[in-house]
Amino acid sequence: MSLPAFAELLERLVFTPGRNAKLALLARWFATQPDPERGIGLAALTDDLVFSAAKPGVIRELGAARIDPELWRLSYDYVGDLAETLALVWQPRAGVNAPPPALSDVVTALETTPKSEIPALISGWLDTLDAGGRLALIKLVTGGLRVGVSARLARVALAEWSGQPVEAIEEVWHGVAWPYAPLFRWLEGAAPRPDPRDQPIFRPLMLAHPLEAPDLAALHAPDWRAEWKWDGIRVQLTAGPGGARLWSRGGEDISAAFPEILAAMDFHAVLDGELLVVRDGEVAPFADLQQRLNRKTVTARMQRDFPAAVRLYDLLFEGPDDLRPLPFDARRARLEAWHARAVPPRMDLSPLVGFDSLDTLARIREGARAASIEGLMLKRGDAPYVAGRTKGLWWKWKRDPLTVDAVLMYAQRGHGKRSSFYSDYTFGVWRADGELVPIGKAYSGYTDEELLWLDRWIRNNTTNRFGPVREVERGLVLEVAFDAAQRSTRHKSGVALRFPRIARIRRDKPVEEADRLETVEALITTALAGDAPAG
Amino acid sequence: MRPVSAPHPETWLKVTPSGLFCEPGGFFIDPTRAVDRAVISHGHSDHARPGHAHVLATRETLAIMTQRMGEGRAGETQQALALGEPLSINGVRLWLRPAGHVLGSAQVCLEWQGSRAVVSGDYKRRRDPTAAGFEPEPCDVFVTEATFALPVFRHPPAEAEIARLLRSVALFPERTHVVGCYSLGKCQRLVAMLREAGWERPIHLHGAHVALCRVYESLGVPLGALRTATVAKKDDLKGAIVLAPPSAVADRWARRLAEPVVCVASGWMRVRQRAKQGGVELPLVISDHADWDELLATADDVQAPEIWVTHGREDALIHALGQRGIRGRALHLVGRGEEDEGEEPPPAP
Repeated sequence: MSLPAFAELLERLVFTPGRNAKLALLARWFATQPDPERGIGLAALTDDLVFSAAKPGVIRELGAARIDPELWRLSYDYVGDLAETLALVWQPRAGVNAPPPALSDVVTALETTPKSEIPALISGWLDTLDAGGRLALIKLVTGGLRVGVSARLARVALAEWSGQPVEAIEEVWHGVAWPYAPLFRWLEGAAPRPDPRDQPIFRPLMLAHPLEAPDLAALHAPDWRAEWKWDGIRVQLTAGPGGARLWSRGGEDISAAFPEILAAMDFHAVLDGELLVVRDGEVAPFADLQQRLNRKTVTARMQRDFPAAVRLYDLLFEGPDDLRPLPFDARRARLEAWHARAVPPRMDLSPLVGFDSLDTLARIREGARAASIEGLMLKRGDAPYVAGRTKGLWWKWKRDPLTVDAVLMYAQRGHGKRSSFYSDYTFGVWRADGELVPIGKAYSGYTDEELLWLDRWIRNNTTNRFGPVREVERGLVLEVAFDAAQRSTRHKSGVALRFPRIARIRRDKPVEEADRLETVEALITTALAGDAPAG
Repeated sequence: MRPVSAPHPETWLKVTPSGLFCEPGGFFIDPTRAVDRAVISHGHSDHARPGHAHVLATRETLAIMTQRMGEGRAGETQQALALGEPLSINGVRLWLRPAGHVLGSAQVCLEWQGSRAVVSGDYKRRRDPTAAGFEPEPCDVFVTEATFALPVFRHPPAEAEIARLLRSVALFPERTHVVGCYSLGKCQRLVAMLREAGWERPIHLHGAHVALCRVYESLGVPLGALRTATVAKKDDLKGAIVLAPPSAVADRWARRLAEPVVCVASGWMRVRQRAKQGGVELPLVISDHADWDELLATADDVQAPEIWVTHGREDALIHALGQRGIRGRALHLVGRGEEDEGEEPPPAP
């Protein structure tokens, strides 16, 4: 019975925009399905289990065998998706009353059946399923599930369902293979937590809070250490006898995208650091790093054009020793000693920024204008490495944002709770020739009241519609805050903003007085030497 | 079955710019513009237009038309004809048989000089607690719709879709389930099916759905406790089911609801991309039109050697009919498929 239940789960996940609703759907799956079905389903959703048993050609042949070619052509033209067309047109043979397969039946049969018999196997299963079940099966066997459940979301769902902290689940997640039976036994209280031993696993990261003025006033300078906040992505490096892995901040294995880093991980340690593109000792803009992200594999050319490096700032394990209970100062000393000894290629240390008072530090922060630096990190010298976001141990103190007064050009509806609101805004500035050119898109920063007001304004000032997008009267100025401006070929203006958000609605300001493109261009910061930022 | 001497229906039932015209009888069937004499199959606005001088239809269809168009606009004179009761108009025998589409919907059966044609209007073959079930009438020419005439459209049992809706309500008890549905037919069928499935709580309605529910109840279709969603407090709508026009479910109107789960009940929901475009969270495949199998089964049941297709996807249907030795003919009637789900859903606004 598990395949029809899995089909219903899939369909709901595909159509559900809300995170909480997805979590509820996953929790119901864990609670109602037996082992190994729930684990197989979970692995299929998170892409840990991907089949390639059937190519699209097989699907086409199955269709051709069951339906008139003209009707198949008209159906496929209409639906536009091969798997869905077959699922919908499939007419089960009369008299078949075999029960639908369980997910485990599908997994076992696909592993043991010779390739030539796979089409007949699939065809037999299709006869036992309804349209939703057929679609799930076809997507499953062709490896094209794509439901958008990240491993991180799955772990949060496991945590909410079981009551165990998500950090505790993350610590063992990568040490347990699907169908995760020991994991489920532990989460149901029937067995101790699985021990990953030498497996390279992800350790949940210690996270920082944004520093606000009242927090700053309460700080006692000698207790704190400062580092630059680099504009890359946070990574964890895990290497030892069981293998090496590069993890993203959310615990995703991104090793395959960065083979040059993996090759440099010839040690036994767990490290925390920032992944950057570094060219000739200079940190490249974030846009360069983006070229390397979200890839399953990477070409030699990509590695040459966008060379990756890691700037290290913490040591969690040295050999088998767990250093996380040690204070920051002790870990820092161990990190520096380890780095001097190991000298791993493509890895340097993020330097400590010296300061004698918070005033000095504030001036240093203000002076830092290199694109590769987002601000400062403040870390308590006596703080252990604690998973999650514990307040008062680490602060991120971002540079004050830059702002620009831009003109609202297009608006688009949001998703989920915001689906009835025009909540995504494209804005532009004036070019010298008097044309308004878009420089970015923002969908945050406003209050609920401002969103209501903007939504109403957009509906009342629409001049054109393109599907979900409305073009509006050039009549509203928005003050947009952003962290950096960069050159870009994506926008007609030639610039792109990093983290743009709506700071204020400038109803008072005439559109002619919005900023000009030259003003934005002047804010483009070039990459400065990474280890010698302007102080 | 037509005696050799009988005239072919195409000689006396003609396609005109105003729609199908029975020449010897002097009346139109579901005309697209105001005419002198009209026979109306059912109350959807693409079949029932205002301003005819004389309207003949079932009692229920006349009541629905009057409610929607206002007194006097639904025919200067109205003539109710009971199902199965024959009538003779200028030598043309006319009687109505149930079409199963919505309350009052009827097939218009015509016979002239031994030659018989049945104009079915819109129809379905599934059980519907709010509409009398379709009855096949053998004929020489059967006039059919083809809204869902592709093999991809095979509606699942509507009861199973209602069960999915109720499972979702149980899983998200803090949220409002708002179901987009057309105000004539689909709305009342959903209410009645929810009642059959044991849902006894009040069902909330968008204002646009209230009047026709009243008409249904006055015609003897019980719908249980109904409330207006517009005046309800957000908290009272937690865990509630709300029925609203499809255009309202994902727009400003829905903001009054508690974290709505947007559902749409329509045959179009069968195709994923269609459902996704509309921002639907729970697509329910429930249709008041015949699906592919029902269209073909009906062709067999009425034993007509020739079938005329009014509107929809005639290519696939005419191709499949040809394989069964039935001659198919596309009528290309204009103005059809404009009210209920006969219309393809628009992309998200």
